[in-house]
Amino acid sequence: MAKKQKSIKDIFFAGWIKENPVLRLVLGTCPTLALTTQAFNGLGMGAAATFVLVGSNLVISLLRKFIPDNVRIPAFITIIAGFVTVIQMIVKAFLPTLDSALGIYLPLIVVNCIILGRAESFASKNGPIRSIIDGLGMGIGFTITLLIMGSIREIIGNGSWMNMIFNDGSMIQPMLIMILPPGGFFVFGILVAVFNRLAEGKGKEPATLSCCNCPQADMCRKALEGGNE
Amino acid sequence: MDGKLIVSSSPHITSKTKTKDLMRDVIIALCPALIASIIFFGYRALVIEIVSVACSVFFEYISRRIMKREQTIGDLSAVVTGLLLAFNLPAGVPIYVPIIGAGVAIIVAKQMFGGIGQNFVNPALFARIVLMNSFPVLMTTWYPATPGNFLGDATATASPLGLIAQGAVDKLPSTLDMFLGNTAGCLGETSALALLIGGIYLICRRVISATIPCVYIATVFVLSAILGQNPVVQILSGGLFIGAFFMATDYVTSPLTNKGKVIYAFVMGVITVLIRVFASLPEGVSYSIVLMNIIVPLIERKTIPLPFGAVKEPKKKEAK
Repeated sequence: MAKKQKSIKDIFFAGWIKENPVLRLVLGTCPTLALTTQAFNGLGMGAAATFVLVGSNLVISLLRKFIPDNVRIPAFITIIAGFVTVIQMIVKAFLPTLDSALGIYLPLIVVNCIILGRAESFASKNGPIRSIIDGLGMGIGFTITLLIMGSIREIIGNGSWMNMIFNDGSMIQPMLIMILPPGGFFVFGILVAVFNRLAEGKGKEPATLSCCNCPQADMCRKALEGGNE
Repeated sequence: MDGKLIVSSSPHITSKTKTKDLMRDVIIALCPALIASIIFFGYRALVIEIVSVACSVFFEYISRRIMKREQTIGDLSAVVTGLLLAFNLPAGVPIYVPIIGAGVAIIVAKQMFGGIGQNFVNPALFARIVLMNSFPVLMTTWYPATPGNFLGDATATASPLGLIAQGAVDKLPSTLDMFLGNTAGCLGETSALALLIGGIYLICRRVISATIPCVYIATVFVLSAILGQNPVVQILSGGLFIGAFFMATDYVTSPLTNKGKVIYAFVMGVITVLIRVFASLPEGVSYSIVLMNIIVPLIERKTIPLPFGAVKEPKKKEAK
């Protein structure tokens, strides 16, 4: 590809705001909406996903020359599933409360779009070091998002933060709706708007949905260039 | 609305009526209910109404200011939203409830979607539903009406629909009391008489058409009679009158054609009765109106009128 290679720093910070996996690429919204009723759950989920991202990105990038193109998705999933099993056992052993809070969403990291998306669009085309950095950056972006959403929803909806209660409802009752599903969508929508503003800056033209502006353009171009995948 | 030149094909009809004039008429029409709420619920009603209106106008001003858009507080629509929101609250709510409600109605439901004319649901009802789900206890603690007592009554009681849901039909207030508004309930919804006066004023001034309220109330009446409820009690209790005359008829969120209006109001009535009779909630007016608000674009698409002389297009076969 003739495209100029991105610097390590760009790769690391891309996932924070500009290519934030949840708020800009709108991937992995299911755990985002379901698990952000508490800031701590969000943090735990983000950390687990970051671990899997870094691990799977590294292994996939090392094996990228050996994985046949036709069976790459099953191969990626197998590698990801391995890391998910590891993190699941660790969480079960050391943080049983977090395990029960995350529930089904912990094993479901296997099919999380963010991880598969990074494997497909980044790790399978880049070297191991760049892939680790990418996984770390994306993981941090995911964690930040979950933490922000969890904090907003827990503070307004439950009057507490990280399980520390500061509003017991004697003055103002917490707004219950914020920890219910509709509250998740409200916060999600507002954060998407805020992050779009942050990523595009003031006064600039908003990004349109053309191919060159799409953060996933790498994956698309591959399809355009011949492969019918 | 904002003095834009709108180009469309002829015939062009111009009118001197501005948004402001319509909104002023709606405010005048809401005055009987406003007076009734103060008579029946005392000073607390007045405080909630003032706070709600003031906060709505304030949030409208602030959000237009922050978004650097043309100021629209002059068109009085925020005052109407604030009044309708206050009418949807019980008398005993703490003062932060109308403040949060006004913020949700104006900022989230209205200004985030582009301000007046762009909201996809009625802002006051949207705020009511958010508040209902946020403060379920506060929003369903009713206080009895105390006509003449400016201080109001502090003992909580059940609303007529709550009584029906509990099965205590014999404790219902008399039909006359329910018609006048001398029952427990939200501030502006209890007095069917006051709302009827306001509604008829709006219809006479041609601000709203009679189709939506008539079809809506008639559907509720007939359907609840079929389902074995007392139809008179059903139409006089809860927020049916205020919903039918003032919220379902919101220009932005109701269909344009007569046919569309009939469908819209009919389905709304069906949903209201189904929620009241079969669901766990005692009241269904707000949910039914918001649900139908969302469906309005689909109704509009199905009821586009044919221009005079046009031939109906034959149905195209779906290509497979």
